[in-house]
Amino acid sequence: MARKLLLEHINVPGINTLDVYRQKGGYRAVEKALKTLSPEEVVEEVKKSGLRGRGGAGFPTGMKWSFLAKPEGVARYLVCNADESEPGTFKDRYLMTYIPHALIEGMIVSSFALGANTSYIYVRGEMMPQIRILEKAIAEAKAAGFLGQNILGTGYNLELYVQPGGGAYICGEETALLESLEGKRGNPRIKPPFPAIAGLYGCPTVVNNVESIAAVVPIINDGGDEYAKIGIGRSTGTKLISASGNLVRPGVYEIELGLPVEEFIYSDEWCGGIANGKRLKATVAGGSSVPVLPANLTLKLANGEPRLMSYESLSEGGFATGTMMGSGGFIAFDEDQCIVRNTWNFSRFYHHESCGQCSPCREGTGWMEKVLHRLEYGHGKMSDIDLLVDVSKKIEGNTICPLGDAAAWPVASAIRHFRDEFEWHVKEPVKSLDTNYGLANYAEPIAKAEVTTGN
Amino acid sequence: MLKVEEQQPVTFSSALIEKCGEIVKRYPGGKHKSALLPILHEVQAELGWLSPDAMDKVASFLTIQPIEVYEVASFYSMYFLKPQGKFVLEVCRTGPCCLVGAEKLMDHLEQRLGVKEGVVTPDGLFSWRGVECLAACGYGPVLQIGPEYTFYENLNEQKVDQLIQDLRDK
Repeated sequence: MARKLLLEHINVPGINTLDVYRQKGGYRAVEKALKTLSPEEVVEEVKKSGLRGRGGAGFPTGMKWSFLAKPEGVARYLVCNADESEPGTFKDRYLMTYIPHALIEGMIVSSFALGANTSYIYVRGEMMPQIRILEKAIAEAKAAGFLGQNILGTGYNLELYVQPGGGAYICGEETALLESLEGKRGNPRIKPPFPAIAGLYGCPTVVNNVESIAAVVPIINDGGDEYAKIGIGRSTGTKLISASGNLVRPGVYEIELGLPVEEFIYSDEWCGGIANGKRLKATVAGGSSVPVLPANLTLKLANGEPRLMSYESLSEGGFATGTMMGSGGFIAFDEDQCIVRNTWNFSRFYHHESCGQCSPCREGTGWMEKVLHRLEYGHGKMSDIDLLVDVSKKIEGNTICPLGDAAAWPVASAIRHFRDEFEWHVKEPVKSLDTNYGLANYAEPIAKAEVTTGN
Repeated sequence: MLKVEEQQPVTFSSALIEKCGEIVKRYPGGKHKSALLPILHEVQAELGWLSPDAMDKVASFLTIQPIEVYEVASFYSMYFLKPQGKFVLEVCRTGPCCLVGAEKLMDHLEQRLGVKEGVVTPDGLFSWRGVECLAACGYGPVLQIGPEYTFYENLNEQKVDQLIQDLRDK
């Protein structure tokens, strides 16, 4: 069995309550950090762990923390990014629903490390039930003396609040999130200055994903070195993967980084294979923003070696034959899914969610949506395919925040790997309305499950 | 775009005003504008939508300009700038949910309720719309109903029919 650090006790009845969470060793990290470690030592452990941001960018968390400016007499803030909105990603919702104290405990330890006395958890507004769960957990933790004034008699003070968002994907971008937390539209800020220098209310601020903050708890309990032993290379520790699409068992899984992708999809310990005995056509391995890969490149690198669930292996081959770990939103497409339709759907998403600040993104996402719509609905021209590539290139790298890139990559990669399917939509405009191109030559090396007939 | 639908004066209940006062305390002195998003959620939960008068009242409560409220309310997708049905059924229409049948489910919902997306049923009970990813991709198709945003997962036509019936009987 794979090692679990975050979800080890997820099936224990009542683990969402403080009492049961503590019976299972909860809040040990708070005791250890506040009573026996200095803030610098906590940062050092996180650095040693090699933990990389679990929200999508994969930036080393310890390093991000060490950039935090510490001018005298200026408040510092820790803000947890719980605006989980990347299509294909639902791990933070799961964690907050079933084991909210893991996040609260991580917030206390992390706030202590950063010297923050007021911290916020920015939760997307649609997660109102999770907001209620967190508020209840915070009240429990406060009543038990883990929050408030003079925590555990150590002299450290911390107030923790939950802030609801208003329904905007862009607020997952850290500076847009801070704008939103200040009561404004979620328009990303121009960087620099980075939040570590001027973040919330112009004060030094760290913004971390839910899973990154929860991972601080086992790192402090067992030590950064122990955490770094799990995983492979610079992909240390465990990662929550949100598995969705045409899988036998979609859901949230905690894997040790380095698990072969093939095992993750087909093993009964994980997703159990493709639903309804169908074959795998393609995957989006890290949330809708990352390049889509055909089945053969999902399972194997270009050189034929198995592809692993790690930051390095998933991006092996660059954008030519690789993809990215992203937020761990793993979407599987079976042989009956249409890549053109899905690309159009994702483009509509990015068009809808563009904040409108930068014209390449505001206009470009709209154009991509329109062109993809006409390809999908039988009005496309052959030149539309290159037009899409052209538009995507003009968005990529030309915007304040990464939403532009996130909108461009799925389109560019879909055409890179599935150009013949796009061409088929132009050549067969009527047929493509009610049939799909199917698997073509993207088949995985694994044969379709034998269907037993007769008695 | 912000369209002025009605200019009906509204009143906030004392419970709502008290709640808003509590929310403001979460932020450092002078940073009370941070309370805007949570307060708009509370107002919408009580009134069903954000009328211009309701937004003006929020502005004067927070001592900010009305435009600061309008620009926020019109930016975020959760705030309704026109009256809705008593129950707003919001179906996720993004990629992963479409792989498992969200589009068919929306067709069914439209036919079952007899109204197009965004239109309120004549009895005032229902409206529906497609929304972007709700972060529940593994349990699709999904829909949510405010103001508490209760989730309904792994939906099919029968479950939606039952849900509509249950809401009617409420």
